[in-house]
Amino acid sequence: MTDLLNVSYDTQIPNNVGLSSDKKVLKALERWHPGYINWWNDLIPKNFQDSLIYLRTAVSVDPKGWTKFDYVKMPEYRWGVLLAPQVEDRRIPCGENAGELAWQEVPGEYRSLLRRLIVIQGDTEPGSVEQQRFLGLTSPSLYDMRNLFQVNVEEGRHLWAMVYLLFKYFGRDGREEADDLLRRSSGSEEAPRMLGAFNEETPDWLSFFMFTYFTDRDGKMQLEALAQSGFDPLSRTCRFMLTEEAHHMFVGETGVGRTIQATVDAMNKAGITDPYDIDKIRSLGVIDLPTIQKKLNLHYTLSLDLFGNEVSTNAANAFNSGIKGRYMEMRIKDDHKLNNDKYPVRTVKDGAIVSEEVPALTAINMRLRDDYVRDAAGGVGRWNKLIAKSGVDFQLKIPHEGFHRQIGVFSSVAVDPDGNILSSEDWLEKSKDWLPTKADGDFIQSLMKPCFEVGKYASWIAPPKVGIDNKPGDFEYVKLHMA
Amino acid sequence: MSTVINFQTDPSKYRHWRVEYDGQVANLFMDVDENAGLFDGYQLKLNSYDLGVDIELSDIVQRMRFEHPEVKVVVMQSGNDKVFCAGANIRMLGGATHTHKVNFCKFTNETRNTYEAAEADSSQKYICAVRGACAGGGYELALACNYIMLTNDSNSSVALPEVPLLAVLPGTGGLTRVTDKRKVRRDRADIFCSIEEGVKGQRAKDWRLVDEVVANSKFDEAVQERAREFADASSKASGLTGIELTPLNRTFGKDGSVSYTAVEVEIDRASSRATITISGPDGDAPADMEAMQVMGADAYMLRVARELDDAIMHLRLNETELALLVFRTQGDAALVQAHEALLLDNQDHWLANEVLKFWKRVLKRVDMTSRTLIALVEHGSCFSGVFAELLWAADRSYMMEDEFEGDNRPMAAVTLSASNFGPMPMGNDLTRLETRFLGEPDAVAKAKACIGEALEAEAADELGLVTMILDDIDWEDEIRVFFEERASFSPDALTGMEANLRFAGPETMETRIFGRLTAWQNWIFQRPNAVGEKGALQRYGSGVRGEYNMERV
Repeated sequence: MTDLLNVSYDTQIPNNVGLSSDKKVLKALERWHPGYINWWNDLIPKNFQDSLIYLRTAVSVDPKGWTKFDYVKMPEYRWGVLLAPQVEDRRIPCGENAGELAWQEVPGEYRSLLRRLIVIQGDTEPGSVEQQRFLGLTSPSLYDMRNLFQVNVEEGRHLWAMVYLLFKYFGRDGREEADDLLRRSSGSEEAPRMLGAFNEETPDWLSFFMFTYFTDRDGKMQLEALAQSGFDPLSRTCRFMLTEEAHHMFVGETGVGRTIQATVDAMNKAGITDPYDIDKIRSLGVIDLPTIQKKLNLHYTLSLDLFGNEVSTNAANAFNSGIKGRYMEMRIKDDHKLNNDKYPVRTVKDGAIVSEEVPALTAINMRLRDDYVRDAAGGVGRWNKLIAKSGVDFQLKIPHEGFHRQIGVFSSVAVDPDGNILSSEDWLEKSKDWLPTKADGDFIQSLMKPCFEVGKYASWIAPPKVGIDNKPGDFEYVKLHMA
Repeated sequence: MSTVINFQTDPSKYRHWRVEYDGQVANLFMDVDENAGLFDGYQLKLNSYDLGVDIELSDIVQRMRFEHPEVKVVVMQSGNDKVFCAGANIRMLGGATHTHKVNFCKFTNETRNTYEAAEADSSQKYICAVRGACAGGGYELALACNYIMLTNDSNSSVALPEVPLLAVLPGTGGLTRVTDKRKVRRDRADIFCSIEEGVKGQRAKDWRLVDEVVANSKFDEAVQERAREFADASSKASGLTGIELTPLNRTFGKDGSVSYTAVEVEIDRASSRATITISGPDGDAPADMEAMQVMGADAYMLRVARELDDAIMHLRLNETELALLVFRTQGDAALVQAHEALLLDNQDHWLANEVLKFWKRVLKRVDMTSRTLIALVEHGSCFSGVFAELLWAADRSYMMEDEFEGDNRPMAAVTLSASNFGPMPMGNDLTRLETRFLGEPDAVAKAKACIGEALEAEAADELGLVTMILDDIDWEDEIRVFFEERASFSPDALTGMEANLRFAGPETMETRIFGRLTAWQNWIFQRPNAVGEKGALQRYGSGVRGEYNMERV
């Protein structure tokens, strides 16, 4: 293990921000670093800390050679501070300052808004690592374990990226916020994470895959929006983070896909055609499709909540000031100011769900959520193709946006997955068919047995079609330290 | 906003608050129903409030005293787990007329002052337990409590973001309480009041913005523990039984008149005048406080105070174009004295104390009413003791002198009591007589020597208790001319002039709060930078920032 007290930052932290000559930020990072390492060490079980994991490390921002794969112990992972290359003459893409040169320093008038956005984004990164801390113990394969830890270290690196911005641009307030990022903790009664979805448990691997598919996709949309920021350092940071985020969603999509594959393969092998013959299917050691649908319902709806209120002053302010754009802002053909534009927002009026035109500026969250819904549908379609190919008659569906919501206009009504408004009693009665029950959870939990043998996979999940870094599925992705 | 605003409510009608009574401690939860705003056009999101929310709070504070004297500590907290209170609703303010905004602020301030004083007046201490965002008017709710506790969940904060966010000032004494009550250092206060996000955790304690910061996991427990400690340490008698504040007997006439049992409000729109007549008691004073407690809300002194209070609030909010409020009384002065004497002689009885303290508040509300106030001391009147305070709350008072032709009512007289020399201070902490005689303190002593005497016109004039005494020949014309002249002046100039002249003498936190509200906030509320089409208040929520005229005035 390297000497943590005398870290050589220029080599230990790959960076393209000139850290070694930036005394102010260096000092702050030095102060913060031990707390971060403590947080990490307290979090991840010891035998995994000491294991050698085949991880990719970001070493540059060159799109061709930004990663390097090698065995590394997680605490020695090189948490880099990497920003996408600066685009010459970049302009603020939206809002009242659209067209002006992007800011290289924090504009005083937007200081608190900008800081809040960075803190909220930063808070989610360690949050998910905390939620996933015990999953290594029940990993269905070394391949999956490696993916889990890859996601974890990259979330850790994303925290670093946000902390760097706080240190570099927000002075004492930024340092305090950075400390609080380590003080808050997922599910903690003392100081919970800021957003609800990051205080939910990730109790099993199917949850992890759903989380990385649906919830990390919210992260992707937020990063996409922040990548449009007129505050250039934030934009550059987020652009680079997006390259890593793509892997997380890959883990989610293929993880759910492989779970489905194992299920339909087992059904076909046993000659079961009815996907609702749940007990029989479960007895094969796989997760039945209706339960996968319930998990999808849960994680999808928790993720929709992360977009906040449909109509939001904060979102309007962020867009108008040019510090957060829309998804693919530069490809949208309008004036990028939205002063007179409208956008349709679903809302509940007199007991019915109706669409209402509201000023587009205030509907920025809604628009991003709509983009998310489209983006999330892709993988679900590919999962359905797997099922169709197997001949099993079943289709996964994305539930109605009003179903099972805690935030926004739908939080006050009980909506079923098809979009019908029910009484709360009816909804509660039927919710066991829509959301995972304790019994479903217990069953999934019963399958969560570690499978640490090289090249072997747990019964409920199929091997990957191709491995990581073009390595085969039976590559030793983790050299377990079983002291 | 032409809805008639009703200040009477009761627990069965609350939409925004609930109270859980637990012996000596009452837990007061703010849980605003966002769809139950007083007017259309806004939703009360994030526990934000409008006048309707504050009317309920005011009712709760009042009932806490009269119906629940067993309560020694009230814990104000949020029923919403995400936010304590986001303050006054901005869309409501953006859509409100200037008049409504000013009256709204005035009423909310009076409510804050009322529960702030509950510890001193009624031994009911208000603790504020802050979890979640506590911003603007939300922090002002907390500031008016006697003790503020903040959870340390690295998220909950207290804030006064009005300047950076809305281009206005905190409207319910926020700035003044930060400096005068919390005694926050001015440079820290400057930082605090210019950041949107506020201050959280230990720094909030270090900067004196809260009294205590508690770990989140122990917060609820610590709050209840503190409540019990304060209750146990209270010197207030235990196990008192309250009286019910039954609904007021009130009817509205087509012409706008309002009739209560002992108070009548007549409206003369052509003359821009409301006349408020208080009738004397219709029976003997209760034999003792036990008898008064049995009578409850029907007891004369309490009944009149409630009716007068409601009448003043009604006139302020619902009759904004009346320039003059004329106070009259008619009745048996000796009976008034007897009813009042029961209270003054039993000030250690909780109910006597509450009724007297209530009168103190009602009279302060009269002081704060931005209309020309006139008292007419006519034959047959009963300006005695606490009623006589109205003479000095008024901007001017006129008294009948000698007999009037065809008028066989008892000769007009003013009778002083102990009420006039201490228990009914103004916001400046002086009695109305002390304020009146700021330049001639001996006059107060001279008046005090006349306690209990029926002072007829000449004697009252000699003592300086009335503005002018008029006989049968002059009375009608003098008063008519004065009314007409007064009603023709600019209401703005009058409001400013009267407020300046009413509150002579020393400043207190209370006078500063109202003074600064009237001077600064009301000025800012009129400026285009806040309320203009491109002002911050109008644009709030649209995402587009306010455009400011950068000239410093």
